[in-house]
Amino acid sequence: MSRQARIRSQLTAQMQPEHLEVLDESHQHAVPPGAESHFKLVIVSDAFTGQTLIKRHRTVNELLRTEFEQGLHAAAIHAFTPAEWQEKGAQAPASPKCRGGSKAKLGAAA
Amino acid sequence: MDVLERIDQQVKGHPVVIYMKGTPQFPQCGFSMRAAQALTESGVPFAHVNVLQDPEIFEHLPRYADWPTFPQIYVDGELIGGCDITLELHASGELKTMLEAAVAKAAEAG
Repeated sequence: MSRQARIRSQLTAQMQPEHLEVLDESHQHAVPPGAESHFKLVIVSDAFTGQTLIKRHRTVNELLRTEFEQGLHAAAIHAFTPAEWQEKGAQAPASPKCRGGSKAKLGAAA
Repeated sequence: MDVLERIDQQVKGHPVVIYMKGTPQFPQCGFSMRAAQALTESGVPFAHVNVLQDPEIFEHLPRYADWPTFPQIYVDGELIGGCDITLELHASGELKTMLEAAVAKAAEAG
């Protein structure tokens, strides 16, 4: 199973999202083809209601812990409640351009 | 000095500090660049640590606050998050308020 499929199934099972995007953005970075190293996640779930941004991100990072240990390098996380998602017009911000840091050293980003 | 103690001193010794890839002037990662830009736009002075220049911090920072990726932004001794959270707080106007409060608190403490 690809990392993309594993992340999708993990987040679907644990967060019961109303909307979920798991985008592999590795091709925008200085990594080999098929690296599955950089992802953008858009998660819209009732589970985030009443939670601070850092709590939401910690929850998602925790669900991705094994992936981070096994080569996931960056996860841009956009975590919204259904009401916030409507307010934002059902759109998440675009991810930034690379600038070479992951080539200099492997280990982390976002 | 132990690396975690060194990080602790940096985090507690500056009201605002960003751990990033590169510097605010020459960022080497798009996420680091955007987060540093948001801090700069808030108009509050901040410290930075280039994790690409400090292999020990690069390796151990993720376990300091149990956060897997870079950049990491600390305000008043606490992790506020990475790039995504910093940009959201900047967009809502909360970031400037938080940074100004942290700087004022540090000035009072002398």
